[in-house]
Amino acid sequence: MSDLDVAYVARLARLELTAEETALFQTQLAQVLDHAARLREVDVEGIEPAALALPKFDVGREDEVRPSFTQTEALRHAPRAAHGLFIVPKVIE
Amino acid sequence: MTPLDLPGLTIVELQKLLRAREVSPREVLLALHERIESVDPGINAYLWRDLDAALAAAEAADVSLPLGGIPLAIKDAISVEGQPCTCSSKILQGYCGMFDATAISRLRAAGAVPFGRTNMDEFAMGSSTENSSVQPTRNPWDRARVPGGSSGGSAAAVAAGTALASLGSDTGGSIRQPAALSGVVGLKPSYGRVSRYGLVAFASSLEQIGPLTKTVRDAALLLEAMAGVDPNDSTSLDAPVPAYSSGLETDLRGLRLGLPKEYLSDAIDPEIRSAIDAAVAQFGSLGAEIVEVSLPHTEYAIDTYYLIATAEASANLARFDGVRYGFRAGENGGTVAVPSAALAGDDQTGTGQRPSLQSERSTSLFEHYARTRAEGFGAEVKRRIILGTYVLSSGYYDAYYLRAQKVRTLIRRDFSRAFEQVDALISPTTPEPAFLLGERAADPFRMYLADIFTNAANLAGICAISLPCGFAGAAMANPLPIGLQIMAPVLEEMRLLQLAHAFEQNTEWHQRRPAL
Repeated sequence: MSDLDVAYVARLARLELTAEETALFQTQLAQVLDHAARLREVDVEGIEPAALALPKFDVGREDEVRPSFTQTEALRHAPRAAHGLFIVPKVIE
Repeated sequence: MTPLDLPGLTIVELQKLLRAREVSPREVLLALHERIESVDPGINAYLWRDLDAALAAAEAADVSLPLGGIPLAIKDAISVEGQPCTCSSKILQGYCGMFDATAISRLRAAGAVPFGRTNMDEFAMGSSTENSSVQPTRNPWDRARVPGGSSGGSAAAVAAGTALASLGSDTGGSIRQPAALSGVVGLKPSYGRVSRYGLVAFASSLEQIGPLTKTVRDAALLLEAMAGVDPNDSTSLDAPVPAYSSGLETDLRGLRLGLPKEYLSDAIDPEIRSAIDAAVAQFGSLGAEIVEVSLPHTEYAIDTYYLIATAEASANLARFDGVRYGFRAGENGGTVAVPSAALAGDDQTGTGQRPSLQSERSTSLFEHYARTRAEGFGAEVKRRIILGTYVLSSGYYDAYYLRAQKVRTLIRRDFSRAFEQVDALISPTTPEPAFLLGERAADPFRMYLADIFTNAANLAGICAISLPCGFAGAAMANPLPIGLQIMAPVLEEMRLLQLAHAFEQNTEWHQRRPAL
């Protein structure tokens, strides 16, 4: 059995869950994690982890100015904007 | 031929008519529009179309180009400038593409006309398209059943003849599985073959854009237009793009095909097993040599996949915060959720304040994020964010995520070893044909098992295709399509397409159409 605590992880993920969702996910994800516990059977001694399917390294681009969105374009989909800024709830009292 | 038959054609068939000036791109679009109007209300493959914009593009189309005047349906996860791009999620309600994905700009350069957004499981998380926040899509072969997912709208549109061809994305089978369940061709290119620039990110190390089509040759045409290195995707591969569509004819004699024994367990539907046996015999009669091979870590692929994919998703979906774009709780008449116990813990804002639960409005940034995400995401997306956050969290990273990455190395190694013995692998695409709507909605784990034969190709980065190879319940009122999967090494799409084309040329499964 895993010691997944859905309510705690939901806070880490910035996700508000109802009590029903918390209980449901607790049961459902425990089942997924119990199944995944089979990975402990696999001998991974000395095996390198694969972060990508086909690792590519040191990919860069020329350090040159390229066109990008204007301020107006960047704000086009903002749920709330004013004075050319994204408006968010007050962070500092 | 009446104009109404046009959408049921293949791209190759339609090209002949367009180039002979027997039809115009405008007539094609109007016929397609009419077909969608009459058929799609029973299927719900489409989320959005703009006929006028597409007509303007079609009228300017140069039919001598490789895809000149060909309309394409696009999965709602792929950005097209000026068209909605919502991933079938409430959190992206109202969002429109700010630029063309590289795959789209290349298809446009080849003359194609992006026409319509297709339904999907929210953020490509699902195997049935029931996780769409908008609507479920129905399987054109039996409307009581799912079309597969997550690219279910793209698959159903091609199967229903409401699209000439479409684009999907495949993170763990999301092109091949719906292609199999809907009876069309679906190709997942090798990781890096097609640029991911403009594909809304779910699991960046696994996913690829690819075509869903009526024939293998059509898939080859779309792939050769889209493939190639892209400075906007550092994982795209700098390798030459063969002329796939003109290299399909080949002699299979001397080719070695592997049958992975782990993919032919007792768990698969007996009718699928017989269809695969028949396909193997077909390849044998075409001169290929069939050998049994082993991919010993196959049974671990599904766990490895769900740990890695959800980990990446939890990071990728952190961007949906209701600040810069998309849905925001409490705005535009949106409802404000009642604060739950989940919020009443320690300070998580990093600002030195406790989240206030007194006000109806989101008074702290923490609440703003948590409520926006609570109201904007559907259940499956939340479930996967929780799982992914957990497997990356302190104390569990090594046991789950890191271990899964190591097993991923072993799964890749299985394929490398198999491909030392054989040129390609063949298997069923899915263990079962299309299931009933609602049948698995309450059982996420059972839904995950729908991808049991497709996950490994994404983990290994190899290319794979699904194509029609038979029907289950042939004596029933609504026989259901069966998919054959062929897998080939990285960047061996040419070989993959040649094998699939040879099979298609010698069978008639791809010619069947659902009665609509």
